[in-house]
Amino acid sequence: MNKTINQKAWFFVVPVFVLVAFNAAIPLMTVVNYSFQETFGNNVFAWEGTRWFKQILLSERFHDALGRQIAFTFIILLIQIPLGIGIALTMPKKGWGVPVCLILMSMPLLIPWNVVGAMWNIFALPDIGFLGYSLNAIGFDFNFTQQPGDAWFTTILMDVWHWTSLVVLLSYAGLNSIQPAYYQAAEIDGASRWATFRYIELPKMKKVLTLAILLRFMDSFMIYTEPFVLTGGGPGNATAFLSIDLVKMALGQFDLGPAAAMSLIYFFIVLLVCWVFYSLMMKNEVRS
Amino acid sequence: MSLELKNVEKKVGIETHIYPTNIKLEKNTINILLGSTLAGKTTLMQIMAGLDKPTNGEIWFNGENVTGKQVQKRNVSMVYQQFINYPSFTVFENIASPLKITGVNSDEIKERVGKVAELLKLSSMLDKKPDELSGGQQQRTALARALVKDSDLILLDEPLANLDFKLREELREELPKLFEDRECIVVYATTEPSDALMIGGNTATILEGKIIQYGKTLDVYNKPENLISAKVFSDPPMNIAEISKSGDTCKLADNSVQWKSNVKIKDGNYKIGIRPHNITTYKEGSNTVEINGKVLISELSGSESLIHFTNGNLNWVSLSNGIQQKNIGENTKLFMNVDEFLYFDENNRLVNHG
Repeated sequence: MNKTINQKAWFFVVPVFVLVAFNAAIPLMTVVNYSFQETFGNNVFAWEGTRWFKQILLSERFHDALGRQIAFTFIILLIQIPLGIGIALTMPKKGWGVPVCLILMSMPLLIPWNVVGAMWNIFALPDIGFLGYSLNAIGFDFNFTQQPGDAWFTTILMDVWHWTSLVVLLSYAGLNSIQPAYYQAAEIDGASRWATFRYIELPKMKKVLTLAILLRFMDSFMIYTEPFVLTGGGPGNATAFLSIDLVKMALGQFDLGPAAAMSLIYFFIVLLVCWVFYSLMMKNEVRS
Repeated sequence: MSLELKNVEKKVGIETHIYPTNIKLEKNTINILLGSTLAGKTTLMQIMAGLDKPTNGEIWFNGENVTGKQVQKRNVSMVYQQFINYPSFTVFENIASPLKITGVNSDEIKERVGKVAELLKLSSMLDKKPDELSGGQQQRTALARALVKDSDLILLDEPLANLDFKLREELREELPKLFEDRECIVVYATTEPSDALMIGGNTATILEGKIIQYGKTLDVYNKPENLISAKVFSDPPMNIAEISKSGDTCKLADNSVQWKSNVKIKDGNYKIGIRPHNITTYKEGSNTVEINGKVLISELSGSESLIHFTNGNLNWVSLSNGIQQKNIGENTKLFMNVDEFLYFDENNRLVNHG
């Protein structure tokens, strides 16, 4: 068979190239460009090689921000995943309770991020906020604008309030896909509630839970708006997570070179963790 | 050992799923619940197992009233249409799970699991996880889990429905042997009349939440009490026609076919039921009568030929051995085996008993 050669087909691919270029490649390349140069304004640049990367990787400030970021992500995963599963398990499976629960659960997810930040800021203010005032009234010395521990507590509480629903909804969907026959089989075997959870529900939820962990990891690792509105990264640098620190550096101090280098490092960390996670997930998939 | 349902009724809201039912299943029997989807087979089994409570009535097991007794305390096992195994357990752990929960020691577990695994040809896959197995092997694992327990009551809810044809045939042949020397009552739900015939034992025909007839499988098949039972226990569907009888002559209501019959019933109007395999393209039996048909569809199924045809108002199916090629629209002659006709009276009761 003779193949006809028709290069016009390339035209069909052009829109995708243009889209991806504007979408991803060009902005990213600007950052790459900044990260290897010193910027003097008026479009004057000087080549710096890998200096900014070394500087960032060795700087205590970056280490601290990364440490805070990892701690934050770890803590909220540790709270949200079990809590989400727990709530999903107690949600009704039929009747009028189902839509009520689903709507209630979806609410926090529908609120814009900066509104969540502002809401919790006011809510937690020690003098006028309901939470802050109440805590002080019952004897806690609570002031999230002054005390780092309180700032962390409020930030974590806010994130748990905002995002646990996502885990709940995913787990609930996973639970609902389990055929009733599994529960009957467990009942016939005389399996305890815990055994039913451990050996039927949990394995059956594996896929959605992996997804939930991945989503919550990415979102929390890149969190910016809510803590920025709530604490602005303070008191001091107590809640300055990676992205807050990055914006301070890039826009506050206008250190474009180091900020660009930090962006790239940040980007690679997220990419790396997702890749590791994804390959682990796929490895399990292939095996089963 | 016996299982008895006394006036068992199940209602959900205003809907009746099971009408008052009485049935007694004896020890060492395989009992087939035969009926279409939603006939109430699964509900009946769940009531038998204790997974579901009847709205009214009682369940007696071995002379003990077990109505409302928890399923864990009843020593029953159940196999489902879907292949239900613990996903994170190996085949060995799956089969062993009911024994572990009851605290059997590990040597005995090994021995019993080994035996059952051999019986079900699973010995070489004991270390695998269920989702590494084929559908047939997954269902064998579920069966092994049900057998290893030495339950008094084993419930099989359409266990072969999700298997492909070949595996189904294979497992269906093995099934009766599995229960041969076990002290238990087996209940097997299916939508396929052929399952019942292959497995034998006893059969209960079920329609819309009512047990129509219960007895030895062959008796139910050969002498259905009534037209409904005959219809439930016939696949392809039974051919039915109005007839009239005077003297020893019977004829179809439209006079198109006439035959001599020696059934001892009085003259009058009846319905006859003819199973598809008693209408063939060749003469079979010593007493046949011809019927003209216009071919609607002619299909081959394995080494059998299904010919759907019309004759006046009748829309019938015939089943012949071998490959019988017919063209659509063709007029053809078929032969009916008169000795196998079932005659039903105006109340749809069978009148030509034995």
